[in-house]
Amino acid sequence: METNLIPLLPAAEIALTALIVLLLDLFLREREKGILAWITILGLGIAGGMTFFLWDDPQSAFQNSLVLDNFGLFFTNLLIGAAVITVLFSVHYLNETNIQRGEYHVLILFSTFGMVLMVTANDLILFFLGLETLSVALYVLTGMWRERKSSSEAAMKYFINGAFASGFLLYGIALIFGATGSTNLARISASLAQSTTQGQGLLSVGVLLLLVGLSFKVAAVPFHFWAPDVYEGAPTSVTGFMAVAVKAAAFAAWTRILVHQLAPMSSEWSFILWTMAVLTMTVGNVLAIAQASVKRMLAYSSIAHAGYLLIGVIAGGEVGGSALLFYLVAYTLMSLGAFGVVMALKEGENDNEQLTHFAGLGFRRPFLGMTMSIFMLSLAGFPPLGGFIGKFYLFRSAIVSGHTELAIIGVLNSLLSVVYYLRVIVMMYMEEGGVQGKSLASSPYLYAAIAITALGVVYLGVIPAPALDLSRTSFLSLR
Amino acid sequence: MTDLLPGDLSLIVFLPTLGALVVLFIPRERTQALFKTALATALLTFLWSLKVLWRFTPSQGEMQFTERLSWIPAYGIEYFIGIDGISLFLVLLATFLGPIVILASWSITEKVKEYLFFMLTLETGMIGTFLALDLFLFYVFWEVMLVPMYFIIGVWGGPRRIYAALKFVLFTMSGSLLMLVAIIYIATRNAEITGTLTFDLLRIYNLHLPYEEQIWLFLAFALAFAIKVPLFPFHTWLPDAHVEAPTAGSVILAGVLLKMGTYGFLRFAIPLFPEATIAAAPFVIALAVTGIIYGALVAMMQRDLKKLIAYSSVSHLGFVMLGLFALNLQGLQGSLYQMISHGLSTGALFLIVGMIYERRHTRMIADFGGLWRPLPVFSAFFLVVTLSSIGLPGLNGFIGEFLILLGAFKSTPLWAAGATTGVVLGAIYMLWMYRRVVLGPLTHPENQNLKDIGTREIVILTPILALILFMGVYPQPILSRMRPSIELVLRRVEDKRYSAPVFTPSRTAATRGTKRHGN
Repeated sequence: METNLIPLLPAAEIALTALIVLLLDLFLREREKGILAWITILGLGIAGGMTFFLWDDPQSAFQNSLVLDNFGLFFTNLLIGAAVITVLFSVHYLNETNIQRGEYHVLILFSTFGMVLMVTANDLILFFLGLETLSVALYVLTGMWRERKSSSEAAMKYFINGAFASGFLLYGIALIFGATGSTNLARISASLAQSTTQGQGLLSVGVLLLLVGLSFKVAAVPFHFWAPDVYEGAPTSVTGFMAVAVKAAAFAAWTRILVHQLAPMSSEWSFILWTMAVLTMTVGNVLAIAQASVKRMLAYSSIAHAGYLLIGVIAGGEVGGSALLFYLVAYTLMSLGAFGVVMALKEGENDNEQLTHFAGLGFRRPFLGMTMSIFMLSLAGFPPLGGFIGKFYLFRSAIVSGHTELAIIGVLNSLLSVVYYLRVIVMMYMEEGGVQGKSLASSPYLYAAIAITALGVVYLGVIPAPALDLSRTSFLSLR
Repeated sequence: MTDLLPGDLSLIVFLPTLGALVVLFIPRERTQALFKTALATALLTFLWSLKVLWRFTPSQGEMQFTERLSWIPAYGIEYFIGIDGISLFLVLLATFLGPIVILASWSITEKVKEYLFFMLTLETGMIGTFLALDLFLFYVFWEVMLVPMYFIIGVWGGPRRIYAALKFVLFTMSGSLLMLVAIIYIATRNAEITGTLTFDLLRIYNLHLPYEEQIWLFLAFALAFAIKVPLFPFHTWLPDAHVEAPTAGSVILAGVLLKMGTYGFLRFAIPLFPEATIAAAPFVIALAVTGIIYGALVAMMQRDLKKLIAYSSVSHLGFVMLGLFALNLQGLQGSLYQMISHGLSTGALFLIVGMIYERRHTRMIADFGGLWRPLPVFSAFFLVVTLSSIGLPGLNGFIGEFLILLGAFKSTPLWAAGATTGVVLGAIYMLWMYRRVVLGPLTHPENQNLKDIGTREIVILTPILALILFMGVYPQPILSRMRPSIELVLRRVEDKRYSAPVFTPSRTAATRGTKRHGN
């Protein structure tokens, strides 16, 4: 049997770019290293371009352990998009933070590579490999701001917690293997259909441990304790990347494994997930209200959004799955954009991440004020922005699947979140003082990337139909 | 070919947005150009709405000028707008007040560009809310309108503006988010029963849900609308928002925004959930009458003019709610008429208070007295508006209140009698206020040299006054256009009542009233 390597192409291309950047970094002089960012973007762009040729042409490799279906391509593109925006964000930001250019881009590329593996893996082992590649790269990225103690502390915290999570995951995978005799999801799913009572308990425990591991990665309560410190300590560009890309990749895996392949078992974990969703939303939102730092507030808000996303997992099926996919796109844009604005305020040694630093920004820097308002309103779920449409579909999926109470808890949580999202707008438009954010004012790339995300958020809100159809067909392509 | 051009209604909805976008591209130093652009946009919108009025078929109760575009086909969500006798005059009210509030804002000097941008987007939100016939679209406009209002109160408001703005948003959203759940739920149920997923209001009207479900859905919708009205005891956000908002914000708030709540009852809550409406009517009427009397009593004790008018709104909107839940033709017609006339007279009152505030930088009643001597023209305008607010026969307020009480006496005589005391109390607090501010000797020397209102201010007030008089003496053209649509709503309530398999309402006073009308 001949091995079909085509499904591996996008991931391999990203890894290859990483190696090229790594090599070039050796030979380039310090002032020439700016080109690395463009090579990174080019490499990611080529990988993104490949996905167009592979669309609607599902293929698998390595005895069906890697599946390149539309679902995988959808997430590949989303992750590539997040990585490109992150690289654009950091072109000038890296100067301000004295982070080594070469390593930074290599690690971004490797973590993207890991994520792409994760979202296309149809085998638990391959999924685990992807997850580890991504995690190790991110541990280092978190600690790259070597001048800051908080950065090193965050890296350490992230590493230890991540190692724990990996342990849980691996143990879960082992138990599932023990119960079903395979790590391939299709075969696990098939053995579920045969429904032999033997090993059923083992399987349940295994899935539960898998769930715990994934919950760590998306920072769902009660496995969220690492998130605020890590998000705050890491360089802001990395925080944004972590908050959106890791979440997207982990939820993609979650969708493929739990919502799709292990759907017959949903009755076993739906109550646990229900509790986790409610806790995650509520804890995230309540704690976000108490934050004085915008970056930390966004960290808690990202926890809360993981809670909304869990609603989609619980609802399951076509309606839940496609809502989840759409929400992840909207969330990626609005959350990345918000982190971008936080980065734009940095001035020399001052991070200017406190709420008070945003005072008066709306009139002093109209562009930043307007885009930040768009992101905040979208995160809070105001129409006609992407976040609103996303929430609408998530809540709708809850109602359709008979969980009206989740929709009600969800909207009440949105109300809570309005308090802290609007507080940023209050600061920007209704208070005086604050900072200029001059250092990065000359970074056209940062501003362009912010504009792209803001336009995306508006586009998703006003013309949601294409993205919605895409999410639905992508989810339905799962097999 | 003609399908590609926006219809008249779409133009009315989106002209202000277009103007807002133009405003964004005018340099902020050129305040005159900014104001003129905004004013021209608002005027054009108003003219276009007059065109709709001109071509409106008075005898038709169904939707007219409907426009339908697929928006999110996978979920049956459409851009579906139309106008009928219920929304026609509310839209006209919004477009009429548009240029007036922009003229009234000429004294704003700070951040003019943003101010006008928000004013114009607010207008789009309001008009869209009145015209939307797709539940999803309605919700979008309903929420869109919150954001500019939040900014207008929060940026250009008084000392406690941030608190007031946040309170306004949180109160409104706490109701409307539950309404969102109800909207999704009702569309889902409709899809289960009829097999097509749609948010089209006209089709969902035909859905008949069991009484138990109706009650919950009615409560979710009613909460959103009751907060907006505001129905006692959900009114606490209103005095804060009014006091802190700039003049134009108060005018829009009292003139149009509050009507969105009562409009919501008339368009959504009542015809969608008729059995629940009949069951809830006694409670709503009790709250409405409590609000009428409570609002009047609290208004009487206010020392701040704006607060007094704010509480008078609570009282007046109580009348509107009473008329709506009388569930007969007179009640509904009176309510709708009162919505328009309250919009005009309270809008004018806020404008007048704004004018005096610009001169004296105080709104305390105690700081005035004997203003008729330095400000004769102002005092004359003020008098007419005060009398209109009281409901003097010959002015607009009388027609609405009279019809409401007529309808209420038919269905719930006792509560109607209670509401009548509100009319008396209303006369007391308004006239007492007028006496303390305008009549009597000039007690404060600072008021001696105040300048009387100028041309711009007269231009602002005259059209409102003309309408106040017109609506007072010749209500027929307006009432006759409202009637067919209102009868449709009533028929919907009655049809469903007779075919109701799960719930037979007890012989409450409300049902007796509507039955009589049905003959």
